[in-house]
Amino acid sequence: MTDANFTDKDIPNPRSLTKTERRTKRRKAAEKRFRAYGLTAILAGLTFLVILVYSIILNGLPAFQRTVVSIEFTLSAEQFKEAEAALLKTRVYSNYFITSFTDTVNGLGLSSEISSDSIDRIVGKIGGTLRKFYRNNQDKVGQPITFDLPASSLVERYFKETFSRESISESNRFIRAEDLDLVDALADAGIIRQEFNWLFITGVDTGVDNPGGAGIGAAVLGSFMMMTVVLILSLPVGVAASIYLEEFAPKNWFTDFIEINISNLAAVPSIVFGILGLAVFIQFMHFPQSAPLVGGMVLTLMTLPTIIISTRASLKAVPPSIRDAALAVGASKMQAVFHHVLPLAMPGILTGTIIGLAQALGETAPLLLIGMVGFVARYPETILGGFEGPNSALPAQIFNWASRSDAVFVEKAWGGIIILLIFLLSMNIVAVLLRRRFERRW
Amino acid sequence: MFYVKLLTSTLASIALSATLASARDNVQVAGSSTVLPYASIVAEIFGENFDFPTPVVESGGSSAGLKRFCAGVGENTIDITNASRAIRAKEIKACAENGVTDIIEVRIGYDGIVFASQIDGPKYDAFTPSDIFNALAPKVMVGGKLVDNPHQKWSDFNGDLPSEEILAFIPGTKHGTREVFEEKVVAAGCEATGAFQAMMDAGMSEDDAEDACFEVRTDGKSVDIDGDYTEALARIDANASGIGVFGLAFYENNTDKLKVATMSGISPSTETISTGTYPVSRPLFFYIKKAHIGVIPGLQEYADFFISNEIAGPDGPLAQYGLVSDPELAKTQAAVSSGKTMGSGS
Repeated sequence: MTDANFTDKDIPNPRSLTKTERRTKRRKAAEKRFRAYGLTAILAGLTFLVILVYSIILNGLPAFQRTVVSIEFTLSAEQFKEAEAALLKTRVYSNYFITSFTDTVNGLGLSSEISSDSIDRIVGKIGGTLRKFYRNNQDKVGQPITFDLPASSLVERYFKETFSRESISESNRFIRAEDLDLVDALADAGIIRQEFNWLFITGVDTGVDNPGGAGIGAAVLGSFMMMTVVLILSLPVGVAASIYLEEFAPKNWFTDFIEINISNLAAVPSIVFGILGLAVFIQFMHFPQSAPLVGGMVLTLMTLPTIIISTRASLKAVPPSIRDAALAVGASKMQAVFHHVLPLAMPGILTGTIIGLAQALGETAPLLLIGMVGFVARYPETILGGFEGPNSALPAQIFNWASRSDAVFVEKAWGGIIILLIFLLSMNIVAVLLRRRFERRW
Repeated sequence: MFYVKLLTSTLASIALSATLASARDNVQVAGSSTVLPYASIVAEIFGENFDFPTPVVESGGSSAGLKRFCAGVGENTIDITNASRAIRAKEIKACAENGVTDIIEVRIGYDGIVFASQIDGPKYDAFTPSDIFNALAPKVMVGGKLVDNPHQKWSDFNGDLPSEEILAFIPGTKHGTREVFEEKVVAAGCEATGAFQAMMDAGMSEDDAEDACFEVRTDGKSVDIDGDYTEALARIDANASGIGVFGLAFYENNTDKLKVATMSGISPSTETISTGTYPVSRPLFFYIKKAHIGVIPGLQEYADFFISNEIAGPDGPLAQYGLVSDPELAKTQAAVSSGKTMGSGS
């Protein structure tokens, strides 16, 4: 290329405005290809999302429906007294109900004489509901009451068409083919029907033999309490730490060291925080087990790095001119930060916090170690007591149900995922709304 | 100096909040995931029938549960641990070192272990311990000699079994079920096929030969399942040729997906297990910390209720779910109500 006086002939393709050069073509093709890659990536992502949401909804929606037997029942005063005197009181209640149910159905003349064993196989665990009702409403003893009580697990699955008549084997202790004939007849008579499962939203966990009565309400409350603890602890600590590090701290090896450690902590697997929580909070400080307070504290440790990193990023994003202007008119460093920088960084801080909370909401592993994954079947009695008393959490409850042998529980686990997604979605909507409200442009 | 002050003030505030923790009013249980279903049934009914709060039952395995049980005495430790095997002497010692000296052992009943496969899969309907040993041991007897396991298909060693690749999903080593599987099936097969004798003849000591009998092959034909039975079920669902190890109750709840094989010609059922004719079953236990009785409200009542005839008896809800009730339940009831601890003479 040292020769300066070359002619048109030396150029392989004389430049032309009308004809595209090969090199240009190649570049354009490369760009097209890149766009196609990008589009494919997005489409692939969307496809997976659609499959995921579709399967969650398909599997989870049945959990919001339940099959109930709805029949009139009268408990006499003697029966009430006798039931309360027994050791297994709920069983006695349930036996009275089943006997009365059998008589009522036989009185209808639907089919040939049916046995109370059939009815026993059709209705689910009902004793607890009956006892609770009569204990709370003793004036209702002796009066006819129409109860809506859950059907047994296999009847439930038969109605939802996940269990077929063909798969009943001779040795099945839980249902017989003739029971399903009776179920069909009762469904025609309007005694067995499906309804919206409020109990799933408001109820608590149940034993493995009572999938029909299980609900996720206590777990939602437990998760909510944990998130409250996480918010109360991590927001002030996280924001204060990041303001100090970003605006006030001298830049030296010590702050660098802290910075590296915060970034490292953000990447530590959550189970490690669970082990830490078990060792420090429960074994050393003697905090109660299975409590949302401890769960919240463990999750706070996990969320703090996320909040600090995002808060520092949004503090950095505030233009230095704002600080300079405030300082120029005589504000102290602290006034400049709190009156001018922090309000502008607020949307970013809130988004970071809510993303951190959302991450903490879905976390199961640390809860496993502090005893929140287990069978916790009750609502707290008082609000304050709820924080330190045993409680479940949404992901722990889902994990629990998914590992039970009855298919109805697996369906409830999918339903629980829907509730968890709704919880997450509402948190994200709050994040978006807050950001909209506080956002300022310059 | 500033940091020291900061540290002390933080610790002080933490200590202050620690005093918030009040007395526990619920029974806290942990331990075996096999016993968890039964414990959850009892916990729910207990809450419904008594005015005590529903006990909290965690799982995590027999060994993990016993470890937590032995961590010490006090409100922040568990009251009861469930176990799918008996407590070991080593664990009793560890307990004693941490001050947990008085332990009440409660046998709640028996659990059968069944071999099941996909309902539409190959015809695995009869096994013997020798079959399982021949399929899964690292060294087996072929032609009178002990050799590295050459078997690839079930039909390689037993013409009655289907010509399918060997693939078994067995409980992982942290499960109580694994111990029963090893003792009652693999080791039994080891002796029946003569491998045990061959190992002794080859110069191994009796203890070493026994240990070698418990081993399973590691070439991928035998897969350890560390999760629970649902995981094994999912694997069976995906592998028509696989067989899995399940608890009887789990199998009975999933008869629409699984078919069961007989063991030495006996098909598993609550009857064959309670009479002891079905060879693969094991007792289930829970252990109570005696020091907590009278301190934790409802603990004694929960234990008595758990093993009452109405609950753990042959007609109770536990038997309904698949527990094989203990013929000697009355003895256990007496021991629990009198608070008889382990080692205090039986």
